[in-house]
Amino acid sequence: MISDPNVVGLLYLVSIVCFILALKFLSSPKHARRGNWVGGVGMVIAIATTLALDGISNWLLIVVGGLIGSVIGIVGARTVKMTAMPQMVALFNGVGGGAAALVALAEFHVSSGDLAGEEIVSVVLSALIGSISFAGSMIAFAKLQEWLSGRPIVFTGQNILNVAILGGAAALGIALIAGVDQQWVLITLIVLALIFGVMFVLPIGGADMPVVIALLNAFTGLAASATGFVLNSLLLIVAGMLVGASGTLLTLLMAKAMNRSIANVLFGAFGQVQAGSGGPRVDDGRTVRATSPEDVAVQLSFARKVVVVPGYGLAVAQAQHDVRQLAELLEEKGIDVVYAIHPVAGRMPGHMNVLLAEANVPYDQLKEMDEVNPEFPQTDVALVIGANDVVNPAARSDPASPIYGMPILDVDKAASVIVMKRSMAPGFAGIDNELFLEPQTTMLFGNAKDSIVKLIAAVKAT
Amino acid sequence: MTEISLVVELTVLVLAIFLGFEVISKVPTMLHTPLMSGTNFIHGIVIVGAIMVLGFADDGFTKAIGFVAMVLASANVVGGWFVTDRMLEMFKRRPEDRK
Repeated sequence: MISDPNVVGLLYLVSIVCFILALKFLSSPKHARRGNWVGGVGMVIAIATTLALDGISNWLLIVVGGLIGSVIGIVGARTVKMTAMPQMVALFNGVGGGAAALVALAEFHVSSGDLAGEEIVSVVLSALIGSISFAGSMIAFAKLQEWLSGRPIVFTGQNILNVAILGGAAALGIALIAGVDQQWVLITLIVLALIFGVMFVLPIGGADMPVVIALLNAFTGLAASATGFVLNSLLLIVAGMLVGASGTLLTLLMAKAMNRSIANVLFGAFGQVQAGSGGPRVDDGRTVRATSPEDVAVQLSFARKVVVVPGYGLAVAQAQHDVRQLAELLEEKGIDVVYAIHPVAGRMPGHMNVLLAEANVPYDQLKEMDEVNPEFPQTDVALVIGANDVVNPAARSDPASPIYGMPILDVDKAASVIVMKRSMAPGFAGIDNELFLEPQTTMLFGNAKDSIVKLIAAVKAT
Repeated sequence: MTEISLVVELTVLVLAIFLGFEVISKVPTMLHTPLMSGTNFIHGIVIVGAIMVLGFADDGFTKAIGFVAMVLASANVVGGWFVTDRMLEMFKRRPEDRK
């Protein structure tokens, strides 16, 4: 049993240092895994120290609760497919937010009115943000898992209703801070925050998920930090705020990569406005040209440089392993192959990198947008697999396009472009893609996995 | 626990914000998914709060709330760590012997 607060404080300080080192190690894929272990050590020290605090009881409940949670965590983490990683991250993010809100509620209940001013402010913030994060993450999970439609779910008056719900929760929070010491007020606040969490993620489409997941990540960090003020714990304040900073930075990066403000992502319900203008435009005489795996195989075999552009379609088709096989086959022929990764390709920041790493693609072959864009004019074949909006030249040339101004991969500058797509259906944003009509573009229709398997066979035959 | 003055807490908070931005901005885009799940794991630190609530609980209401918080927080910690480890294990360099 530790009774000296200085000893407790010092042990918590060691945990803080471990967490900071864990993040520092993430600056390179070489040391990143070691960093996670250091973070793990920090967590074990923090938990052990807390368990050893003077006066801790209810051991049975602590152990049983911890075991149930751990089993859920291990089973979830071990069995999830790499393509399902975004929803797993959303899920673990949500439970953290829920825990922070519950801790705040319990502290409010126990203190029965003798919380200091800043403590009640923190209770309100932790309950509010934690609950929003919990409910929002669960909806994000359901959307990514396709239990709910990935399309934006919208109705008239939605934004007004959302503002009303959030306003109601805020009013209750102010009442609590002003000294209303009623538990039902806090519980109502939590319920309203949960409803708001559901409502604010529902209208957000799948392509905008990277922004939302990063934002919810920041929320949970902030909730944990607020809990730190309630419990007088510098450890929670610092660890929570590190996460808050990380989530905020990622949210800004993602929004920038789509050239949209965060407000526009959250309240814009992307893809609704253009719904009427769907379908390929063929009226200017240009048509889409389909090709066969054999033709593509010949083009690839005689290329010097091939750039693979993966998108969410690759993840859906689970084709990452086949793509790596195809790339290795081409490399054996002496062809230079790299992968061009757009920052918002997929459903969460860095999603494509994780998928390709799972397929054993060495990370030095994965190129970021700014690094690879100057290489397209020297590229013989750009192979676009299940990506659409991130290669749409309208983002550069058509000020009327909803994605105008978004930085894109300049695949249209390659000598030849092959687009693998299931059908001519427009991409997530519901916008036509001029790239498909360009003279250097040919389309290989079909499921990405099947197409690539056929391509591998055809390349072997050439 | 000893009381820490609000000013000290706020000072530490602000320093943590700057430190967070500094450290995170050095993480390459390639590792943004592991960064998200790694920071997910770190906010699992709220488990410390769950243990304190449950460990010092006297009445049924607090015990029930603390118990649920304990389950959620430990799922956060354990799941977050294992997912991150699984992902980071996959990031490998090009083997020297190839080519």
